[in-house]
Amino acid sequence: MEGAAISIGGYLKNHLRDYGMLVALVVIMGFFQVVTDGTLMRPVNLTNLILQNSYIVIMALGMLLVIVAGHIDLSVGSVVGFIGGLAAVMMVNWDLPSFIVIPVCLATGILIGAAQGYWIAYWRIPSFIVTLAGMLVFRGLTLWLLEGQSVGPFPREFQLLSTGFVVDIFGTAKPNITAILLGALTAGSIVYLAVRSRRRNTEYGIEDEPFPFFLAKNGLVAFAILYLSYLLSTYRGFPNVLITMAVLTAAYTFLTNSTTLGRRIYALGGNEKAAKLSGIKTEKLTFLTFANMGMLAALAGLIFAARLNTATPKAGVAFELDVIAAVFIGGASMSGGVGKIVGAVVGAFIMGVMNNGMSIVGIGIDYQQVIKGLVLLAAVIFDVYNKNKSS
Amino acid sequence: MEPILEMRGITKVFPGVKALDDVNLRVVPGEIHALVGENGAGKSTLMKVLSGVYPHGTYDGDIEFEGKPVSFSGISDSEKVGIIIIHQELALVPLLSIAENIFLGNEVAAAGVVNWPETNSRTDELLRKVGLRERSSTLVDKLGVGKQQLVEIAKALSKKVKLLILDEPTASLQENDSQKLLDLLLEFKAQGIASILISHKLNEVSRVADSITVLRDGQTVSTLDCHAEEISEERIIRDMVGRDMAHRYPDRTPKIGETLLEVSDWNVTHPDHSDRQVIRNVSFKVSAGEVVGIAGLMGSGRTELAMSIFGRSYGNNIRGSVKLRGKEIDVSTVGRAIDSGLAYVTEDRKALGLVLEEDILRNTTLANLARVSKNGVINDAEERKVSESYRAALGIRTPSVFQKVMNLSGGNQQKVVLSKWLFAEPEVLILDEPTRGIDVGAKFEIYTIINELAAQGKGVVMISSEMPELLGMCDRIYVMNEGRLVGELDGREATQEKIMSMIVRS
Repeated sequence: MEGAAISIGGYLKNHLRDYGMLVALVVIMGFFQVVTDGTLMRPVNLTNLILQNSYIVIMALGMLLVIVAGHIDLSVGSVVGFIGGLAAVMMVNWDLPSFIVIPVCLATGILIGAAQGYWIAYWRIPSFIVTLAGMLVFRGLTLWLLEGQSVGPFPREFQLLSTGFVVDIFGTAKPNITAILLGALTAGSIVYLAVRSRRRNTEYGIEDEPFPFFLAKNGLVAFAILYLSYLLSTYRGFPNVLITMAVLTAAYTFLTNSTTLGRRIYALGGNEKAAKLSGIKTEKLTFLTFANMGMLAALAGLIFAARLNTATPKAGVAFELDVIAAVFIGGASMSGGVGKIVGAVVGAFIMGVMNNGMSIVGIGIDYQQVIKGLVLLAAVIFDVYNKNKSS
Repeated sequence: MEPILEMRGITKVFPGVKALDDVNLRVVPGEIHALVGENGAGKSTLMKVLSGVYPHGTYDGDIEFEGKPVSFSGISDSEKVGIIIIHQELALVPLLSIAENIFLGNEVAAAGVVNWPETNSRTDELLRKVGLRERSSTLVDKLGVGKQQLVEIAKALSKKVKLLILDEPTASLQENDSQKLLDLLLEFKAQGIASILISHKLNEVSRVADSITVLRDGQTVSTLDCHAEEISEERIIRDMVGRDMAHRYPDRTPKIGETLLEVSDWNVTHPDHSDRQVIRNVSFKVSAGEVVGIAGLMGSGRTELAMSIFGRSYGNNIRGSVKLRGKEIDVSTVGRAIDSGLAYVTEDRKALGLVLEEDILRNTTLANLARVSKNGVINDAEERKVSESYRAALGIRTPSVFQKVMNLSGGNQQKVVLSKWLFAEPEVLILDEPTRGIDVGAKFEIYTIINELAAQGKGVVMISSEMPELLGMCDRIYVMNEGRLVGELDGREATQEKIMSMIVRS
């Protein structure tokens, strides 16, 4: 056992990137916790933080796949605005119920993604161009649809999509027991899966992280989830979007790690020609990746509209930049083939915590932009530096 | 006569390989000097030494040009004294005009401002000299390969060339374009410009060359004076290939069964130029347990043939039929070709064979993920078992299957590509240059794997530029040239001379 075990230092060096961003997130949170005198981690602000970032996180899941496949999607911000507008027109102007509007909006998102994916996949038009066109087209269509006005408010049941909370089945007292139980369940599942995969790796004699490291990492993750759950439970419990976000994150993690579809997207982005010569239908895969992005952008559009309780022509402006930045901060490679769902989610939260923290401290929007830009640059430089050093 | 160029004792060593070993080359003014030899004999390396691509100091030996010792540290140095090399892959910018290309990097300009009238009139004059009737403003993109070649030569002339080096200039030219080019060389000769002509086409060499230097395995074998005696093509071929089998091949007793793959009347045109026929009426077959070789020079269409069969991965207007065990099979996409029982191991493993960022495990199962998954969900344990078993069977030397393939040696990478295709469970494997760029020990292991495949009753098609390898491994050898099969030899009867003469006489 001693011979097979590798030193913690050596292991850390090899996996610096995997943990680097998680550490960065914790450090940034700690920093703002101190400079905001504890405001950052107050239950009400924490809830806010989740609501504010949910749509970025959801889109980052799709954007990760797009970027791993070797493409980019600049249109998602406009799609957010367009779908929000569409939902508003259907619900507010036409009085359609949300159980019809939501599926129609998601289907429209898929169609938008598919329409762009078609040109990218089958006509080989660069995704940058196609989605740049989409960005303009759907921003224009949003203005047209809403006739330049804000449309709202939405019916109560639609707002719950974003501002609703999971009902505490144990009564209304605080803390919210359901939230704590859900947190415990999540933490338990994560630890269970980690233990199972570690046992399997050991069985196969595969190099894994050193045991103390494994223990510390999973202990910290479980503790963090439980602690955050507790904080949320003292306010209004788990927001609905947190559940949506968590379920989607789990689903896309599974998709990228364990399915043939996910595997093929990585191969496509890593070496398209080799993938094609291995019998993979690269065009279809690219097409699906964009259709999926369209769907997630539509979902984000609905959540954003529900949160604001109104659809405005300006909704979603520059969201694509936050989403793309989140994915790159999370360690994806511009040239495709590399990137993780967890990374993209962590990247999104790094951006989110910085936005939130800087706003609380009262840093002006001007400096906020500068700082966010520099953080993005630093993350990518860190990546490139690591890569050069290891090769 | 005093030589214009004298290269003495040139030795160039790459890690592990002696590419040039005491090579001598002497060119006199106003002659056409042919440089011939097999692929890998060292012709291109020698020319790179001469033109300064390998700077002075990275090789041993002396170069004298016009009686003075020279030491170049880059192409610009050799161009300054009048040595111009035209590479096989033309180095023109497609979307610039002829004039812009000719004076690229050497613009007719004052203080950085280009004098276009002067540029164009000088271009017109150069184009007249090389006999190219095109406007100087025509984009190079619009020209055929033959005319592009002439633009390259015009560019060389613009630099006051004294020694022109042409690397396989006629390889991609049609017959009449080749003739024109050779006539141009003869004209330059009359004007006192010396040329070095690298060519595989011995009929062309015999037609224009004044002297011939033959290289083999990085050494000068002979220098022949074409005016002193009649030089026969047999003589040149013997010098080119005459060596002992340098490598060893594992023994195999062929057990040849029924006919597996049968390709008939295969025709393919170039993907961009539909009037250029790349493969013409090719028919061949492979039996179970048989290793069939396809010999030919670079650019003879072997890879194009293989890739067009494997899911139409190359070319346009593909016609012909592919049968497996007598039944016509669908090879219209790569997926269908794989399902039908074909596998193609590419010659370019880094660009077309592997996902370099990913590990051995993921590369191994990529072409047959269905076998390690259920309802689209990959069974990790099964996948590990599979890739571990291939790692052991093929002797991939790494600590684990989680090693990224970009960190592996060429031989190990090739074994990963082979693993991938073995795992796809094909009946016929087409191996394109399976031992390119890997060391002798790994080569032997690859040969052993090929023999095992044949012993299992699979059909193997082996494309290779190394003739000894084909002779050592194959039961039957097809010879290909310019998109056609120009001969078929029994493995036991085949010799390098026979193959070479089939190529050069076709």
